[in-house]
Amino acid sequence: MLDFALWKRVAIWGVVLLGLLFAAPNMFYSRVEGHNDALKAIETQGATPELIAKRDGWPGWLPSGLVNLGLDLRGGAHLLAEVQVEDVYADRMDALWPDVRDALREVRDRVGPIRRIDGTPGTLQVRLGEPAGMPAALEAVRGLARPIVSLTGVGASDIDVSGEGAVLTVQLSEPEKQATIDRTLRQSLEIVRRRIDEVGTREPTIQRQGEDRILIEVPGIGSADELKALIGTTARLTFNPVVSRTSNPNEAPGASNELLPSMDEPGTYYIIEKTPVVSGEELTDSQPAFDQNGEPSVTFRFNPSGARKFGQYTAEHVGSPFAIVLDDEVISAPVIREAIPSGSGQITGNFTVEESTQLAVLLRAGALPAELTFLEERTIGPQLGADSIEAGKIASAAAFLLVLLFMWASYGLFGLFANVALIVNIGLIFGLLSMIGATLTLPGIAGIVLTIGMAVDANVLVFERIREELKTAKGPARAIELGYQRALSAILDANITTFLTAVILFVMGSGPVRGFAVTLAIGIVTSVFVAIYVTRMMIVMWMARRRPKSIVL
Amino acid sequence: MRLKLVPSNTSWDFFKFSHISLGASALAMVVSIVLVFTMGLNFGIDFKGGTTIRTESSQPVDVGAYRQAISALDLGDVSITEVFDPSFGPGKNVAQIRIQAQGDAESVTPETIAALEQALSAVDPSITFPSVESVGPKVSGELVTSAAIAVSLSILAMLVYIWLRFEWQFGLGAVVALIHDVTLTMGIFAGLQLKFDLAIIAALLTIVGYSVNDTVVVFDRVRENLRKFKKMALKDVLNLSINETLSRTTMTSFTTLLALIALIVLGGDVIRGFVFAMTWGIIVGTYSSIFVAANILLMLGVKRDWSKEGDGGAGTQFANAER
Repeated sequence: MLDFALWKRVAIWGVVLLGLLFAAPNMFYSRVEGHNDALKAIETQGATPELIAKRDGWPGWLPSGLVNLGLDLRGGAHLLAEVQVEDVYADRMDALWPDVRDALREVRDRVGPIRRIDGTPGTLQVRLGEPAGMPAALEAVRGLARPIVSLTGVGASDIDVSGEGAVLTVQLSEPEKQATIDRTLRQSLEIVRRRIDEVGTREPTIQRQGEDRILIEVPGIGSADELKALIGTTARLTFNPVVSRTSNPNEAPGASNELLPSMDEPGTYYIIEKTPVVSGEELTDSQPAFDQNGEPSVTFRFNPSGARKFGQYTAEHVGSPFAIVLDDEVISAPVIREAIPSGSGQITGNFTVEESTQLAVLLRAGALPAELTFLEERTIGPQLGADSIEAGKIASAAAFLLVLLFMWASYGLFGLFANVALIVNIGLIFGLLSMIGATLTLPGIAGIVLTIGMAVDANVLVFERIREELKTAKGPARAIELGYQRALSAILDANITTFLTAVILFVMGSGPVRGFAVTLAIGIVTSVFVAIYVTRMMIVMWMARRRPKSIVL
Repeated sequence: MRLKLVPSNTSWDFFKFSHISLGASALAMVVSIVLVFTMGLNFGIDFKGGTTIRTESSQPVDVGAYRQAISALDLGDVSITEVFDPSFGPGKNVAQIRIQAQGDAESVTPETIAALEQALSAVDPSITFPSVESVGPKVSGELVTSAAIAVSLSILAMLVYIWLRFEWQFGLGAVVALIHDVTLTMGIFAGLQLKFDLAIIAALLTIVGYSVNDTVVVFDRVRENLRKFKKMALKDVLNLSINETLSRTTMTSFTTLLALIALIVLGGDVIRGFVFAMTWGIIVGTYSSIFVAANILLMLGVKRDWSKEGDGGAGTQFANAER
């Protein structure tokens, strides 16, 4: 019991050294950060003397993982967005309408004249002229259903068709809705990610949360508004034929037409055909540029099928205007001067350089499949974060010092062992945090300070126990052995319960609270390890060297 | 010469005045519950929805002028508080502005924020906005639910764990102590009208962990002594166990408090509420593990007929899991 096998000693010291080695980069935060950034920059942009100097600021063979600083420490923006999947359901129903119409027309002799009526959003409702024809209508429309391929919905079809009286209702089936939510979310995530990556910020967090939400955290960005402007627009770009131009916002647009405002001419409206000639999904590239007058503009290029449609339309409609529509606003409505067979063109509006750059980014990244609603947003300024770090550092140092002094005053030499163990413990916490790339938040710092206070607990338990065992006078070695043995169950029970709450905190919490949970949990694991291995080994080594006849604790 | 918080050998009777301590605890709990229901918790935007803006300026904060500038925008309920902190140097004046939730489900619009910032800049040109946070009512409602679930879940998890490792009486004792601590913490937040937000929930959960930690150490010793002194009355076993672990209990609480006090004094105003909750919880938690948990255990009694259970261990088959 009191002698550690050599392999155990090596393993324990190895773990400690490894932990400290991984913690080390955090002591030189800005240098290591510069090194990491430079590595990335060299890979993407090529090397410059400046970058190489930065890269060599930290030796490449040393670990260079850092504890990420959370938004509340670094400054940045946090957004929680909800994807309006209902929009997608509605779009699907609109797209299904022509098929339903055609299917019902084939059984017209039995169902009579049909008319689409406004139902609840996300459903398609059709009134039949002859209620008696409902069975035939149901059969015809059910014929449109397609089986869906998914793990959960085997054998299910994508639409539910039902009839009541003379009204036939079509809606997406439950498994299809699930599949749609999944698809929409994944697509939205991808597009949000691309839009944020385009502006090249450091380590953004973009993840799905719950059923239909996206959590976006971008360090270093000025404000949540900026972030919203970047990702908040759907960026649905279409090219539509123009019917007429008007200044009356209430003018009836007529069937299958739409009245949309102009973006840069207030009070002007365009009546356009709803069905676009080409849409933004067929874009392959978009870049900010300047037009022949030196005004900022955006160039675009279609894929072959888009180019064909675009070329054909422009060839047939030379001399008539067509509208470039972005998110239900007409950016511009140029007159087609000649056929554009190349599939590339230029959009001019009254852009500033910034606007044209942003529009190009949005078009390149593609349209969001559904609108986003922002449920929560937080902006933290970098200065506030820096102040918090400073305060946290001072508080940790003070806490550390107080605890060290107190332990030494209470347990003397053994207290010093515990103090060395505490220092190792803090090193291990940082090492682990860096290794797993965890994020340190303000409550996380509080968690570490709390750990400093609580970490000595396991040692205290053992030392108190040893004191008790010494009273029964079995000799120091035996007392230490018994002390460790008997304190073990209390140490385990006490720490497992705290660990359980940390797990619950992690699962239920979000953002900074999670950061706290992680540091708390790691702190528990390291302090147990340190107390039952590192401190014990130090004591054992000291005992082996000194062979004291009695110990004072 | 060693520093000792309590004498090495104590044989205090912790149950001598148990009716007083239990009565005091019960009274404190009732007062807390009454406070929570009458004064209500001062919910932060996490739970109520709305927007908080932190302002910083080199000029002294003029709450009246701020209020006037903001009221022109017609944003409904607005509260403005000046923040004081010893760590602020001269020329750093901080205020916290809270406006109620505006829309149905969404957080605040950029236009509202811009208008607000503009109005305040007109009052004080040197003003900056180091943080702006906004939570829509939809999310805040869910946050309340998940916070309540988290706290209940953790208490339940403790109950189950201790029940498995000890006996159900131990679990119940620990859980009553936990509820005691959580109630008292909520009570003081209601009484002092301190801001109650997500961070405080994190603190509450940590208190739950800490309090159980404390209780378990005492219970562990109780279990051991129950095996050792089979004839001793339960009350004496409890007293002995508490006395034996008293030194450890005070040591650990003291070091933890040292660290927390460092945080309160030096950690800055942003996390002060969080740290305050924790500090209070540790004091209450230490008290409750002795005076509430052990008392409940004494009242419930423990089955002590383990002679038929082989090695004579109290608790269930999981009691010696680590051996």
